[in-house]
Amino acid sequence: MANEPASSAPTNPLLVFLSRLWRSINVPLIAILLALTIGGLILILSSANPFAAYFALFKGAFGSLTSFGRTLEKATPLILGGLAVAFAFKAGLFNIGGQGQLVFGAIVSAYLGYSLTGLPFPLHMLIALLGGALVGGLYGAIPGALKTYTGAHEVITTIMLNFIALNITDYLSNGPWKDTGIVARTPAVLSSAAIPRIGQIPFGFFVAVLIAVLTWYLLYRTTIGFEIRTVGFNPHAAKYAGIKVSRTVILTMIISGFMAGMGGAIETLGVVGRYQPGFNAGLGFDGITIALLAQTNPLGVIPAAILVGAMQAGSSQMQFDARVPSQIIDVIQALILFFVSADAIVRWILRSRKTDEDKVTLSTGWGKS
Amino acid sequence: MAEKGSPIVLEARGLTKRFPSVIANDQVDLFLRRGEILALLGENGAGKSTLMNMLYGLYHPDEGEIWIKGEKIALKSPGDAIARGVGMVHQHFQLVPVMTVAENVMLGSETTRRWGMLDARAAARRIRNLSQQYGLQVDPEAVVEDLPVGAQQRVEIIKALYRQADILILDEPTAVLTPQEANELFRIMRDLTARGVSIIFITHKLKEVLAVADRIGVLRRGRVVGTTDPKTATEASLAEMMVGRQVLLRVEKDDAKPGRPILQLNDLRVNDDRGHQAVKGLSLELYAGEILGVAGVEGNGQRELVEALTGLRPLAGGTVLIDGQDTTHFTPRQITELGVAHIPEDREKHGLVMPHPISDNMVLNRYYQPPYARHGVMQQEKIIADGEKLVQKFDVRTPSVRNTASSLSGGNKQKVIVAREFSHPTKLLIAAQPTRGIDVGSIEFIHKQLITQRDDGVAVLLVSAELDEILSLADRVAVLFDGRVVKQLPIEEATRERVGLLMAGSTEA
Repeated sequence: MANEPASSAPTNPLLVFLSRLWRSINVPLIAILLALTIGGLILILSSANPFAAYFALFKGAFGSLTSFGRTLEKATPLILGGLAVAFAFKAGLFNIGGQGQLVFGAIVSAYLGYSLTGLPFPLHMLIALLGGALVGGLYGAIPGALKTYTGAHEVITTIMLNFIALNITDYLSNGPWKDTGIVARTPAVLSSAAIPRIGQIPFGFFVAVLIAVLTWYLLYRTTIGFEIRTVGFNPHAAKYAGIKVSRTVILTMIISGFMAGMGGAIETLGVVGRYQPGFNAGLGFDGITIALLAQTNPLGVIPAAILVGAMQAGSSQMQFDARVPSQIIDVIQALILFFVSADAIVRWILRSRKTDEDKVTLSTGWGKS
Repeated sequence: MAEKGSPIVLEARGLTKRFPSVIANDQVDLFLRRGEILALLGENGAGKSTLMNMLYGLYHPDEGEIWIKGEKIALKSPGDAIARGVGMVHQHFQLVPVMTVAENVMLGSETTRRWGMLDARAAARRIRNLSQQYGLQVDPEAVVEDLPVGAQQRVEIIKALYRQADILILDEPTAVLTPQEANELFRIMRDLTARGVSIIFITHKLKEVLAVADRIGVLRRGRVVGTTDPKTATEASLAEMMVGRQVLLRVEKDDAKPGRPILQLNDLRVNDDRGHQAVKGLSLELYAGEILGVAGVEGNGQRELVEALTGLRPLAGGTVLIDGQDTTHFTPRQITELGVAHIPEDREKHGLVMPHPISDNMVLNRYYQPPYARHGVMQQEKIIADGEKLVQKFDVRTPSVRNTASSLSGGNKQKVIVAREFSHPTKLLIAAQPTRGIDVGSIEFIHKQLITQRDDGVAVLLVSAELDEILSLADRVAVLFDGRVVKQLPIEEATRERVGLLMAGSTEA
């Protein structure tokens, strides 16, 4: 029979599961190995010992409970930044504006954290956290609405909105919300608004993991998720199915911005303690790396963020022990991004073909959808 | 006409092509004599396109040999095939709409003067010679987008001849033509063969094969199941060879018993994507329990009409009444919930979400209602269980409903859409090109379903470019030309010739 599928697929459920797991992680895994290998070659060229460097990196990230706590601390905003990008991808939207949404979330949570007085601990923290996230969501709604009503492409608008957010937050932290003194920054958040640590582990990490699980549930178990994924795969068929495409696009951007904003808020309330200009520059962009490394799977975002967080947490140890400039971490991170986005190279190494399910819609075309 | 002893110009020996889950071609042997028209018949998915793509150098065979003019050739790319005189006219034309005929023809093999200057005049001269020699009327200076479809097809043929092709592969060339234009194409094909050109003609229309072919090859499931002579073959015998069993070509049905009006269109006006009026004041009535066939050459407002009726496209004027209710400004969901089923023209673009599982596609427009969703949570078990029932009932060939829609063949994709649209209570069914590009077996099945729906009292609006489909299914025929209904005929008065003339814009017929 010519139309029967070739009979080499395993039938044992465990084998099926393992082969599906392998198929979903093989590209990111190989991409990481390739990036580490090329990073190692660069280390050799700069006459350093790559094994010593990577060992120090690992030690700095996981060597003690303190360093492990720092890795999770770094990973926390990365999870939320990665989720923001991955979530928008599902609706076919490329949200480059994570950075803008994140700094707005950060400064608003700082403002709520220092200006509201007399509130008890968990309540004040929750208000500051959700307030920051909500403002991030509202800031994400702008490119969604622009795309829907004017056809402006979200890649362009979110990039421009990043600059706007940067300047507004600079102004606020050096103007109306400025702390006393000469340094441009907000006052420190009150202890009633601070996100605590549980031993060495920052509590925000658990919040981020919870959000990741909820995001997965929303996408794959609810009608809203079905609408979002349908719009992402085929906006024409979505319209045919009676889905309001424009409403879905705006809602997706709000949720995406909400997650980025929450990333900024957790970092502010849990780590930095206040907002100051230059707050975690680049965090929004690391989200793109993480979303791609996770193959836009919300649960995959967690290990991807821990990996990037570990590299950031371990880089100073590497610098100290192996005398390797910490910028090599940026190079490796860029190489990972390169190999996961140019996945044809990795697939060629694996000799595997792309299936429809693997396809990530980076961005749909210009114009109204 | 080719003689028995004419030399063989093209031959496939044991060609095999495997794709990850199917063997698309399995030990295919085929030959083409100089000056003959070989018709290649086969259902969708039978392997016709794969075979032609190998002969044209787009795919590389896993096994077997290709011989062109007595020489064994390993084709690496279409360039190799073109160099040996093989030309292909694709079903979807490969023309640049904003360029002139001459520019399109020379694209890729430009005639140049000194310093690489294009020599458009020399190209135009050659095109004129070719068009005189073979009776292919075309103005080299005309801009392609202004030409009717039939003329664009002639440009494609000239493109191949310009590259000195003497073996032509025509892939479903009549799909976009009126019957009259198709007859003109057949005349051109005979002129070409009389001058020594050999033609492989791919189609699934049995009538055409019998009218024009010198020899008929039939493909089924990747294999050549036989070649036959058009003098002795009949439509029924060819259909049987294609499908592997007897096929009902005539649709059996009783007379319609029209009931109350279900769809009333009054002076409907709809714009196309570019903002030009495509439907220009159209009025129609459709009654419960009848099939109204909308005939017309593609691009005369059918798409815009259907999209306006289903809420996908805003109206520029006029009113729509569905079962007495004014739906002029309704959303697609409101219209669906009124009991309107829609088989869209482009199943891959509108009808299905390819990466979604088949089960999700089965509930694509009802996913939000119980029992498929409760409090906003999808009920996957119910969706899968009902999907499995529908797959059974509508004979969708798939190992599992969890497989993606993209894993299905064209006919099975269409069956998924039909299953979905026929599985809820319906007053009005809008079927646009319901059998385009699918196999004879599936066509038979879908036709029967349409009649069943009609007999259950559903009003069916059948929009089709296949005249035979309309003539065999419809109870009344409305002919569309340039965005208007030029004539409505009871089926008894709708002869092929008369409808064909009306489709071409004649008002006399």
